[in-house]
Amino acid sequence: MTSAKDDQLVGRSVARREDPRLLSGRGRFVDDIELPGMLHAQFVRSTVAHGTITEIDLTRVRQVPGVVAAFTAADLELGDITAQLGRPLSEFVPTAMPVLARDRVRYVGEPVAVVIARDPYLAEDGLEAAKVTYAPLPPVTREEQALAPDAPRVHAEAARNTLVDVSLFATEGIDEIFDQAPCVVNIDVRTGRQNALPLETRGAVAQWDAREDQLVLHTCTQTPHQVRTVAARCLRLDERAVRVIVPDMGGGFGLKCVVGREEIATAAAALRLGRPVKWIEDRKDALSASFLAREQHYTARAAFDADGRILGLDADVVCDMGAYSCYPFTAGIEPLMASAEMPGVYKVPAYRVRGRAITTNKAPTAPYRGVSRPSYVMAVERLMERAARELRLDPVELRRRNVITDFPYTGVNNITYDPGSYLESLNLCERALREAGWYERQASARAEGRHIGIGYSCFSERTGYGSAAFAQRKMEVVPGFDLAEVRMDTSGAVTATTGTISHGQSHETTMAQIVADALHLDIPKVKLHQGDTDRITYGWGTFASRSIAIGGSAVRLAAGKLGEKLRAIAAAEWDIPPEDTELDRGRVRRRDDPDVALSYEYLADIAYLKSHLLPKDIDPGLTATAVFDVHNDGTFSNATHGVVVELHEGTGQVEILAYFCVEDCGVAVNPQVVEGQCRGGIAQGVSGALFEQITYDDQGEPSATSFMDYKVPTAHEIPEVVIHHLETPCAFTATGAKGAGEGGTIGAPAAVLNAVNDALRPTGVELDATPITPETVHRALTPSTPEQTP
Amino acid sequence: MNDTTGLGDDVQLITLDVNGTSHEVITAPRRTLVDVLRHDLGLTGTHVGCEHGICGACTVLVDGLPARACLMFAAQAEGARIATVESLADSGTGTGTGELSDLQRAFTAHHGLQCGFCTPGFLMLAQGFLAERPEATKEDIREVVAANLCRCTGYQTIVEAIDACATARRSQRAAGAEEDSCN
Repeated sequence: MTSAKDDQLVGRSVARREDPRLLSGRGRFVDDIELPGMLHAQFVRSTVAHGTITEIDLTRVRQVPGVVAAFTAADLELGDITAQLGRPLSEFVPTAMPVLARDRVRYVGEPVAVVIARDPYLAEDGLEAAKVTYAPLPPVTREEQALAPDAPRVHAEAARNTLVDVSLFATEGIDEIFDQAPCVVNIDVRTGRQNALPLETRGAVAQWDAREDQLVLHTCTQTPHQVRTVAARCLRLDERAVRVIVPDMGGGFGLKCVVGREEIATAAAALRLGRPVKWIEDRKDALSASFLAREQHYTARAAFDADGRILGLDADVVCDMGAYSCYPFTAGIEPLMASAEMPGVYKVPAYRVRGRAITTNKAPTAPYRGVSRPSYVMAVERLMERAARELRLDPVELRRRNVITDFPYTGVNNITYDPGSYLESLNLCERALREAGWYERQASARAEGRHIGIGYSCFSERTGYGSAAFAQRKMEVVPGFDLAEVRMDTSGAVTATTGTISHGQSHETTMAQIVADALHLDIPKVKLHQGDTDRITYGWGTFASRSIAIGGSAVRLAAGKLGEKLRAIAAAEWDIPPEDTELDRGRVRRRDDPDVALSYEYLADIAYLKSHLLPKDIDPGLTATAVFDVHNDGTFSNATHGVVVELHEGTGQVEILAYFCVEDCGVAVNPQVVEGQCRGGIAQGVSGALFEQITYDDQGEPSATSFMDYKVPTAHEIPEVVIHHLETPCAFTATGAKGAGEGGTIGAPAAVLNAVNDALRPTGVELDATPITPETVHRALTPSTPEQTP
Repeated sequence: MNDTTGLGDDVQLITLDVNGTSHEVITAPRRTLVDVLRHDLGLTGTHVGCEHGICGACTVLVDGLPARACLMFAAQAEGARIATVESLADSGTGTGTGELSDLQRAFTAHHGLQCGFCTPGFLMLAQGFLAERPEATKEDIREVVAANLCRCTGYQTIVEAIDACATARRSQRAAGAEEDSCN
């Protein structure tokens, strides 16, 4: 199952090192931080979706007992948060997001003022005394409305509310291909607006440290260095005067990989008042006023030959990004990813795409786990299913005829795919369902009038986006590389520091496995540090399934360099070339006489405490840094999901009877952790497919402000998942690993939707939108049901 | 002066029995049990996920039964025995956690936690449930696990961890263990 050798830790399900403190209540999350004299912030938020602020009256707020201060944008004079693409105005319209709204509000929940009080209860009392008056403007809440020529503008500079508009590829002759193809299928796919929903809401504790001449900002972010950059710019400080520290973090899923406004306002208040200030977001604000995700619309068609081989793909993608562009990714992240990557695992010879990001009067969006992929995979997999129906082919067989099998493969989208197991995963997944008897059970259930369906999704996931891949998007801020430092102290213990930041992904365990292997150490000798901008020069944080592929490679390279230094010091002791030495279980030994060895403690003693013994060409100390970047198109993990559902006529409920996942993320550093990522990802994908959605009414009022109306699935609804691993090692990451963070979420919606449509086959109804609501299913199964007004 | 508690005029002195220790707390009547546990007593293992009783991250035991600490005022817990996640493991030494309980160890063995934010709630839920229903089947356990929310794991490994703990406790008892080491 894994490639672990007897003495190798990479490839083993080593027990998690973060568990003991998290299991015993000794984790330290941002709300666990208490500082002397600390004050508490809460935000006055817009009650209208679109309007001009005519007056903000905080007089009564300041009179509430326990309220210390209340600030508006005019009081704090902060710089804006602005994310840019290096594209012409015809393709990208830059917009600015103020930390607090100035004269205009653009969504319900937009922060207008910050209230600081002695405790959170009193801050809430203060909010109730705030009086803000608005001159309402017509809200823009739907795509058709936003794109109309005479639409009201969310941002004055963005005509037709379009922030991004790119047309790409347009293979020569694509129209003729569609004109002449024996089979052309169309889809119109929509995915609902969701909240990534980390169980820990956002939060920050800010304090000015006079001795360090520095703002210390504790906040739960996936991108600490990017928060530092934005905080420094908004507060007009040098970057060295901002230290961002990320404590334990209760999930992120992308919602915390963009820079929020509230942490900057909290910091500004702390500076203004000269006292520590804490802000902890409540669930209502987290649901409706933080960052949302996923609302996309695909109008696409695909051409096939008579044997089911795809001839062309032609797609129009519209992503509803809400009120603002997020930093650092911009509103381009969703349409640009979808446009670049949509052909996916299939050999598509001709391709044309238009990708647009529109702005509406809804809470802004962040790139939620999977980003555009859950949506575009759903669109492509729907096209495959439709074609299979038209051509009377088995849908798995149709996919078999189209998946990429020869690697490296350069697609029509100019992306080169590194080796994967697309066909193998498809075959294995289908076999798993067949061997479990699901096809027979489906046939007999159908004979009884029950509605059982089987559905698949086959997809790849670009992980390890280096700077080259992000530069393709023409971002002004180009993520990609990561940095690691590995140092050994005189006790032979190792501290590794990375620019990635774990928040459930188990880096303290997996990174330690990588270091321990590289240095022939036991895991308890290795400690990982993350999430402190003063501890490492720079980092891009944790998102886009980059941490093990890129951060893990940097750690592996730095540890390797440190090992070389240990060997050089030992070799000098023996007066032999370093090549004649090797690392062995906490020692350096001679190759020619393996019984002769020097312990790391002995070598560290020389490196630090007896450095006069070192040869001139070896610097004192035991520390090594390394940078890793990916200079090609990245590495592609892949998977096939197979789902069996039963639809219940009376209730319209979709019950998942079985869920199979065959995944390949290259070398699995810790297989149990990879399985955890798969299962958790699939749970989130199922949530999007069947349950979760935040809708807005015509006035721009969000439908979900508590867990009473945002339906988060429980152990009742989330199925058990059978996971099979395949392993196609990545050739250019230092461990052979590919990313594993997002695949589950990407594959689940398409597979569930396809299974539902398979179950609906006798009715002739095909669904093309998620979440698949009980009402929709009930109506499909019971055609006489009267249509309800939404 | 202690202005982190934000006490108004309307304060009361209450006594809380938490993890076998008696604490006197001066608090406002509207202050919730979870806020007093976390911010007055410094027991930050109990977390707050929603403040309206749905997610269960704040689950503690009140007289042995799982309860949402965000839905109780601290004053309502006076006279009750309260147990939090900090009670499960041995208190340990200054540098580390004490020995984990069988339930906590099962969560590690089955990878029943990722970010760990919801975990104390699930642990206390399971601790209370298994004490009451030691014979619970895996399906019973799934029913109970459905009381709380987890965003990382997909629940399967949480159910497996609690089931493994229950199974191990049963076989221990069947083997004639004199004491139920789980409580």
